[in-house]
Amino acid sequence: MADRALKRRCVVLCIGNPQRGDDAAGRAVARALRALLDGVEIVEEEGEATRVLARLAGADAAFIVDACVSGQAPGEIRRFDIGAGPLPHTGFSASTHGFGLAEAVELARALGALPPRCVVYAIEGASFDIGAPLSPAVATAVEIVAARMRADILGD
Amino acid sequence: MKVRTIKVDQLARVEGEGALRVVARDGVVQSAELNIFEPPRFFEAFLRDRMFTEAPDITARICGICPVAYQMSAVHAMENALGVVVDGPLRELRRLIYCGEWIESHTLHVYMLHAPDFLGYEGAIEMARDHADIVRRGLDLKKVGNSIIALLGGREIHPINVRVGGFYRTPRKRELQPLAEDLKRARDQALATVRWTAGFDFPDVDRDYEFVALRGDGEYPFSDGRIASNRGLDISAVEYDEHFEESQVEHSTALHAHLKARGPYLTGPLARYALNSASLSPLAREAAQEAGLERVCANPFRSIIIRAVEVLYACDEALRIIDEYEEPERPAIEIEPRASTGFAATEAPRGMLYHRYQLNADGKIADARIVPPTSQNQPSIEEDLKTFATAWLDLPDEALRHRCEQTIRNHDPCISCATHFLRLEIDRGG
Repeated sequence: MADRALKRRCVVLCIGNPQRGDDAAGRAVARALRALLDGVEIVEEEGEATRVLARLAGADAAFIVDACVSGQAPGEIRRFDIGAGPLPHTGFSASTHGFGLAEAVELARALGALPPRCVVYAIEGASFDIGAPLSPAVATAVEIVAARMRADILGD
Repeated sequence: MKVRTIKVDQLARVEGEGALRVVARDGVVQSAELNIFEPPRFFEAFLRDRMFTEAPDITARICGICPVAYQMSAVHAMENALGVVVDGPLRELRRLIYCGEWIESHTLHVYMLHAPDFLGYEGAIEMARDHADIVRRGLDLKKVGNSIIALLGGREIHPINVRVGGFYRTPRKRELQPLAEDLKRARDQALATVRWTAGFDFPDVDRDYEFVALRGDGEYPFSDGRIASNRGLDISAVEYDEHFEESQVEHSTALHAHLKARGPYLTGPLARYALNSASLSPLAREAAQEAGLERVCANPFRSIIIRAVEVLYACDEALRIIDEYEEPERPAIEIEPRASTGFAATEAPRGMLYHRYQLNADGKIADARIVPPTSQNQPSIEEDLKTFATAWLDLPDEALRHRCEQTIRNHDPCISCATHFLRLEIDRGG
């Protein structure tokens, strides 16, 4: 089944900083997805916009996961089909350099480089302390998102 | 009395987090404060009791945009402490990785952060909708800088292959060849960038800066040279503390640096260019002339052209280094520790970066001092605002706020490095 996803170049992009508490949620999804999926390249990034942009270049489909802060309950999962419209700006620019996922995606769209199918999962974080582990609610959400992303990727 | 306050709560398109407050009374700007409120990051304290060999990897973590500068200042200061000079191909490779950093950092600033100011866009995304080919060119150019760092540094961000005495691994000559092909394309893109930025509309202003930068011995400086100014300063890094001082100000968690008994000074592209323009490669020098730059440029808004010229130089210099490269016999010089103190200044993309380390006999760091470019430029940035903003007070708040932000962005401050960007408050009175 994964072959089908591979034929249409599919990018799975898991974003986060592994050293900053719940910001590692995307990276934890990468590990969980690797156990669930064969034959799909899963890449991890810290979220710098030009690198995200480079990863999206030439892909037919992109599945992205990142932690966010938007005032929801910790562990809350949201799914955005951004082929259809922009990602809400709030909450994704955790980068200290003010140029994060939302900007990368919109820059890709402006440059005509946004994959035709592009799905972003956001996991609401609670703590972004240096060296902290994932919060329990976020750890639970990681497993759920991995399973839902797998279904998205295979169903694509 | 008429009081006007302009406040920017979160300055956009700078590295890190800070704010700006400008107060005007009766049509004259009284004060401009760049408030840096990010918490201090204590890197100097983290370094204590770590081995001298760890400094390049720890200090690289200070900045994701200019980690090479931190590594280079660290290794040069350690080598100064331990009486070692790294020369030949290893020195050339250090210049090459520095070229990579200038290309990626300057290109990011020119295209993504600064150009939208001149072309009337909110940011790079809005600019990309009308100028997709130009933004693609910038991204492509930046990528070449990142490729140099990845090849020599082991990875693009926070490289891990730089060590005191040299590198952990040096590249084979053939590994550098694909880079040369990319660099030839990048050089054309850099030349196009100089011409593009030269066509922008610049406010007709200048300031009487004391420019401070390394002065290279016949070469445009990255890591070597004396610390010089356009007002007669000419010292080695060892003497830095005798001539410069840092002080704390209430409105910033980053220290402010001054020249003792002289006051604010400016470091960065304008200063480097003023002191070293004769040492640019012929192609970069011609491009600067064609862009209308004199030997010295004191209009900070035109710094975008100088950054573009420096990117062109870095592409040219990288090509020279690759062309002349001979593989070194060893990737590094082995160095024995001893009780000592070392000093170094190198040219980070946004300005001079000074490191000083005191080492114990066993090579552990007893004391560290790091003075990043933004700490040095903060007083000058505030002076720019005080000097220029009075003439802009007739502008509506939104336009005035934007002009003030642009004035700050002229210097590409890296607030993340200096502690760590921007809220803007303008108090006009009334």
